[in-house]
Amino acid sequence: MATTDKEVNELVKQEYEHGFVTDIESDTFEPGLNEDVIARLSGIKKEPEWMLEWRLKAYRRWLEMDEPNWAQVGYPKIDYNSISYYSAPKRKEDMLQSLDEVDPELLKTYEKLGIPLHEREQMAGVAVDAVFDSVSIATTFKEPLAKAGVIFCSMSEAIQDHPELVKKYLGSVVPSGDNFFAGLNSAVFSDGTFVYIPKGVRCPMELSTYFRINAANTGQFERTLIIAEDSSYVSYLEGCTAPMRDENQLHAAVVELVALDDAQIKYSTVQNWYPGDENGKGGIFNFVTKRGAAIGKNSKISWTQVETGSAVTWKYPSVILRGDNSVGEFYSVALTNNYQQADTGTKMIHLGRNTSSTIISKGISASNGSNAYRGLVKFGPGAEGARNFTQCDSLLIGDRCGAHTFPYIESKNKSGIIEHEATTSKVSDEQMFLCRQRGINPEQAVSMIVNGFCKEVFKELPMEFAVEAGKLLEVSLEGSVG
Amino acid sequence: MLNIKNLHASVGGEEILKGINLEIKAGEIHAIMGPNGSGKSTLSQVLAGSETFEVTEGEVTFNGENLLDLETEERAREGVFLAFQYPVEIPGVSNLQFLRTAVNSMRGHRGEPEMNAAEFMKHAREVSMQVDLDPAFLKRGVNEGFSGGEKKRNEILQALLLQPKLAILDETDSGLDIDALHVVSDGVNALRAKDRAILMVTHYQRLLNHIVPDYVHVLADGKIVKSGGRELAYELEERGYGWLNVKDKEATAS
Ligand SMILES: Nc1ncnc2c1ncn2[C@@H]1O[C@H](COP(=O)(O)OP(=O)(O)OP(=O)(O)O)[C@@H](O)[C@H]1O
Ligand SMILES: [Mg+2]
Repeated sequence: MATTDKEVNELVKQEYEHGFVTDIESDTFEPGLNEDVIARLSGIKKEPEWMLEWRLKAYRRWLEMDEPNWAQVGYPKIDYNSISYYSAPKRKEDMLQSLDEVDPELLKTYEKLGIPLHEREQMAGVAVDAVFDSVSIATTFKEPLAKAGVIFCSMSEAIQDHPELVKKYLGSVVPSGDNFFAGLNSAVFSDGTFVYIPKGVRCPMELSTYFRINAANTGQFERTLIIAEDSSYVSYLEGCTAPMRDENQLHAAVVELVALDDAQIKYSTVQNWYPGDENGKGGIFNFVTKRGAAIGKNSKISWTQVETGSAVTWKYPSVILRGDNSVGEFYSVALTNNYQQADTGTKMIHLGRNTSSTIISKGISASNGSNAYRGLVKFGPGAEGARNFTQCDSLLIGDRCGAHTFPYIESKNKSGIIEHEATTSKVSDEQMFLCRQRGINPEQAVSMIVNGFCKEVFKELPMEFAVEAGKLLEVSLEGSVG
Repeated sequence: MLNIKNLHASVGGEEILKGINLEIKAGEIHAIMGPNGSGKSTLSQVLAGSETFEVTEGEVTFNGENLLDLETEERAREGVFLAFQYPVEIPGVSNLQFLRTAVNSMRGHRGEPEMNAAEFMKHAREVSMQVDLDPAFLKRGVNEGFSGGEKKRNEILQALLLQPKLAILDETDSGLDIDALHVVSDGVNALRAKDRAILMVTHYQRLLNHIVPDYVHVLADGKIVKSGGRELAYELEERGYGWLNVKDKEATAS
């Protein structure tokens, strides 16, 4: 049956829910980047000498690097000297002792975002590290975690309290020279989360970090490092939001995961940075390097991401499968509405024997959104018996949006098996007609169809967040049907 | 209940419905027969609010209201139901979730409380047994991988769950085996009620042995060219459409 592509226009203009600004006094650096700025940043954080050296080395290297331009995204040139590299809410003490010392205004902010930090209201079974602009303002459930031997703290604290671990692993997975944005992050990262799970420990609760950009003209450069020792397990989740501003803001994070023998790390992201308005004005540039090293035999690293925010997303959570029998997984939902652009995917680098990886990518484009999947599956010469399964599905809503798939395969070992499936589908007029004929609103119909499309990925999310992710999609899609 | 006057509709500039007149009262069953491509599905879809077709002329009132003014979902909530000739698949959306969303939309419209998942599950299982559809189908994606006959039974399942005022059944009998035909006819007969009207499109008079219509109409080239009682269907079975002097669209085109 032939159908006429009906014009998809805006019906409802939904405001970005988390777009408010917290009115708080901050210490913010003047815009600009040079060695003095880095020294000042390191000084404020009372970092040891080796840390400053590490940053400066990264900075000098970064100066020599070029911004990548191969991605399927377009954005105005970023002036790295017009960004402020540090902004932190003012506080009396240098180091926080307890939640009582956190500015109530900040606590209110997190409450509004649905992340209560007060002991009595905390989410059961989920420990939170709250990062506000450049600093971590609170970490919950520290004590019960410490009892289990788990270290869960801000990166700044880790540099002070666990320098041997930081020195050993920081930059071990994503070296500072890895790429332009990772280089910048290595030079100026301000805070982030540090997790260490000792041998044989199954982390007793979900760990999570909630990133909030508040200050204007400030970049957020956080650094996350998760180390899972032999036979340990951890599930970690990050969430992110930012106020609505007309200017674009830069978010360039680095996440490193290390899984040793028989260890498992499950890393989930629900990314909801401000996407810009319906004309493409404002929004976050989300340029992120995430990589896991499955070093140990039988180790496993899973990335699950739900990307609904940001004006531009450039992100390829990857796994280096070094240990024999190690497993890498990537489950992704990326949604682009209005003028959002996403170039995202993964790299699975198979080095060990019998390593296996699974990639399930669901791209949804609505309105003028552009969505690209870019993935690399590489079998090294030693990857005897390696296997990969890749499935890339794109869903288009309306006919002004676009979807692209760039699967790259490099195999240096003949014994490997690579399977690849790709589909592109549309939310069809017939599907919409069926839903509406049964009394269902167009918005609800689209959200139901999209949720169905994402089911395989949502089921990988921790329970507490799967529902959240579904709702988020619904909100992000509003205005995409008419 | 339903009053169609001089209805014209076209798609891509081509007129498909060329002045339909039809009145259906509560409690009645009307059958529409006619050659392939004559506009039976078009009429069904236009009544249900498909945006594929443009209504260029005419009026349709439904219980006194101007039906053409209502959005598709509003028509559905007012009680217009269409069992599709070719039901579409919605992958990943469970039949159960889809049906519950639909039922709750209708209930919301009537100011009734939503049915919770457990309540609805129980109800839906009962009805699916009634149309001889294994309740396991409730867990599958909407029509996803259903056989032709299973899709048709799923349409009747939806009609029974939604309890419409006007049920338009577009060839719900085609592609059914003999047992399924019984199941579907029983379902349609169960829908039969004083305050409900049924409009069924069919090619086979054998269905009319199971569901006895009050009126039979012949639609040809976008117009109703003959109307009569039950006996008209026998006559058509015997003589075909030729004697009515209608042009078979496909035949003239080739
Ligand atoms: N979306 C469309 N675009 C173009 N032409 C269409 C469209 N839908 C229907 N038509 C045309 O309208 C005419 C009537 O189609 P319709 O589906 O209503 O026939 P029908 O009577 O239901 O036939 P059948 O008995 O085969 O189901 C046909 O010529 C068909 O090709
Ligand atoms: Mg038809």
